[in-house]
Amino acid sequence: MASLTAAERARAQSRVRWELLVGLVRKDLKVKYQGSALGFLWSLANPLLLLAVYSFVFQVVFKSGVPDFGIYLMSGLLIWNAFSGSLAAAAGSVVGNAGLVKKVRFPLSVLPLSAVGFAAVHFVLQLGVLVVVMVVTTYSFVSPALLLVVPALAVATLFTIALSFIVAALNVRYRDTQHFVEILLVAWFWVNPIVYPVAQVHGPLAKHGWAWEAYFLNPMAGVITTMQRAIYNQPYYTPVKGGPEQLLLADPGYTFYLEQLAIGAVISGLLLLLGRWLYRRLQGDFAEEL
Amino acid sequence: MADQSELAIQATGVSKKFRSARSATSLKERLLGRAAGSAEDFWALRDVNVEIPRGGTIGLIGANGSGKSTLLKVLAGILLPTSGEVAVHGRISSLLELGAGFNGELSGRDNVFLNASLLGLSRKQTEALYPAILEFSELENFIEDPVKHYSSGMYVRLGFAVAVHVDPDILLVDEVLAVGDEAFARKCLDKIDEFQREGRTILFVSHALDLVERICDRAIVLHHGEVVYDGDPEWATGTLRGLLGVDSPRGGEVSGPGLAFAEVRYSSEPGGPARDVYAGGEPLTMRIALTVDADSAAKAGVLTVVVMGAGGVPIWVMTATPETGLPAGPGQWEIDFELPELPPLLGRFVVAASLAEADGGAVIAAHTFGDGFNVKGGGQETGLLRVPYRVGPSAAAK
Repeated sequence: MASLTAAERARAQSRVRWELLVGLVRKDLKVKYQGSALGFLWSLANPLLLLAVYSFVFQVVFKSGVPDFGIYLMSGLLIWNAFSGSLAAAAGSVVGNAGLVKKVRFPLSVLPLSAVGFAAVHFVLQLGVLVVVMVVTTYSFVSPALLLVVPALAVATLFTIALSFIVAALNVRYRDTQHFVEILLVAWFWVNPIVYPVAQVHGPLAKHGWAWEAYFLNPMAGVITTMQRAIYNQPYYTPVKGGPEQLLLADPGYTFYLEQLAIGAVISGLLLLLGRWLYRRLQGDFAEEL
Repeated sequence: MADQSELAIQATGVSKKFRSARSATSLKERLLGRAAGSAEDFWALRDVNVEIPRGGTIGLIGANGSGKSTLLKVLAGILLPTSGEVAVHGRISSLLELGAGFNGELSGRDNVFLNASLLGLSRKQTEALYPAILEFSELENFIEDPVKHYSSGMYVRLGFAVAVHVDPDILLVDEVLAVGDEAFARKCLDKIDEFQREGRTILFVSHALDLVERICDRAIVLHHGEVVYDGDPEWATGTLRGLLGVDSPRGGEVSGPGLAFAEVRYSSEPGGPARDVYAGGEPLTMRIALTVDADSAAKAGVLTVVVMGAGGVPIWVMTATPETGLPAGPGQWEIDFELPELPPLLGRFVVAASLAEADGGAVIAAHTFGDGFNVKGGGQETGLLRVPYRVGPSAAAK
């Protein structure tokens, strides 16, 4: 340790380091599951409940006819849950760590990032459970399309981090942000093709030239449809027994998804610049406003 | 200006404004409450320029609300100044207002690792330091318990243990030694002493002025957000006592035009090296220095020196007249009061001086010096007087 210079020590204190991020995520996990017997298993409760409810509503009541509805739902829902969980937690990340912000000098950017990291840990574990279920039920999910998961997760991460910075910074000054984000996420959920097949909105939207494109200006729509293409991997289905085969996913090929992800990446990148700028601008007042 | 590399912290033209209207944090209040406006702006710091050299121990003193805690937070990088700049060279570890930012739900051990990580240490580094932190905090039996069950004393012990063990270049401490028992306070002081020897920079806020005098090599006095004195700790505490109105002589300060009391200097013999700790019975020379213009010099009839003990109680009085050594002409006067032996009265003493016209005339100027001297009892720690005595078994017991 003696080999470090004062300048190096100062830098270690002002930059976000991976180890610090991991430490904060670990702290949040510990605080959340401390004293609970089932621990992480609780994080599976939410997707399982949604699975039960949506399966009943869409398979039994509306008879949507989507085959393997559970796999279809989960392939889009898990990444959405990670996104919405990140945002909700990020909004409260600075306010919730007021004790640290007011007492310790450390890189404040790590706070919204740790909210994203916390959600990412749950996402990975839930994805693991999904893989186990698919293996056990011999669902064939291994195909070249699976590679689409990589760019989809990259864009999702970028977009989530960008918005997390924005809501975390704004919430310190405007505490309404947190409540607004909660409401927004409820509405936003339905703008994504998670429980309904995206093909069902394609028809109505395509009638107005720009509406279909506008639908994908929401980077999460691109991410979710890509995840469905990659994991669920059944582009077509027959909604009516014995009827004609119809498109279930956004597109049977791959390039459509890469295009949507590219647009999403550009939007996310711009938002990330905005988020970083906003966060840096406001973080000087954090200790004062808390 | 000193060389960059020799400075630990440099603050240039730092001002900090607090807006009371900031309490309006919801959007609605913000939109509707705009009218309340800037009337409640409060400048906690005004144009503060401070250079903290590497390896210095600096005290930050001032009355409540003088801005010292705010300055400490600005220097720590926790608050951003409204204007001005702060440059910091090295790792800062701070212990502000009895808190280290611990999470109550986590165990002491987890908090140590988290805190060290926030301050820039790797897990490996922290693991190496952990035994020392644990030992210093004396919390071996409680370290796995959630911090929320800790007493305030335990909390501070752990906070201080982390703050001093994370290999900081700069340690910022806010009034932390006031809590905890005496044994721990001594331990903290020993650690500060060790830091001084290792050449680390220490900046601390305290109301314990004697502590500031004892361990600081420099002190800064803040008053209403401005630096009013920056230099010798004894002068600094004296300045602050003056600002607080403590220890002022009866009749208070009288400033005469063309007359200024410069300093009082204590030594064992006239012209000897300055000292401030004596034993009862030792010789003491007090040198009073003042600048006098021609007008005041012509009027001057008697210089009175009052030596005051605890609480400003006058203990004894000494006078000088033109017959007994008061100079005649204008200029810089230096008058020595020589005591062949100090009375065996223990404690801290301060000196007030006044120059008056002859024959009980009006006071031209009066001043209480911040610098005092201490009389120690050679092993006797309590009591006012050192009294000679003999001791032995009683005759009946023989």
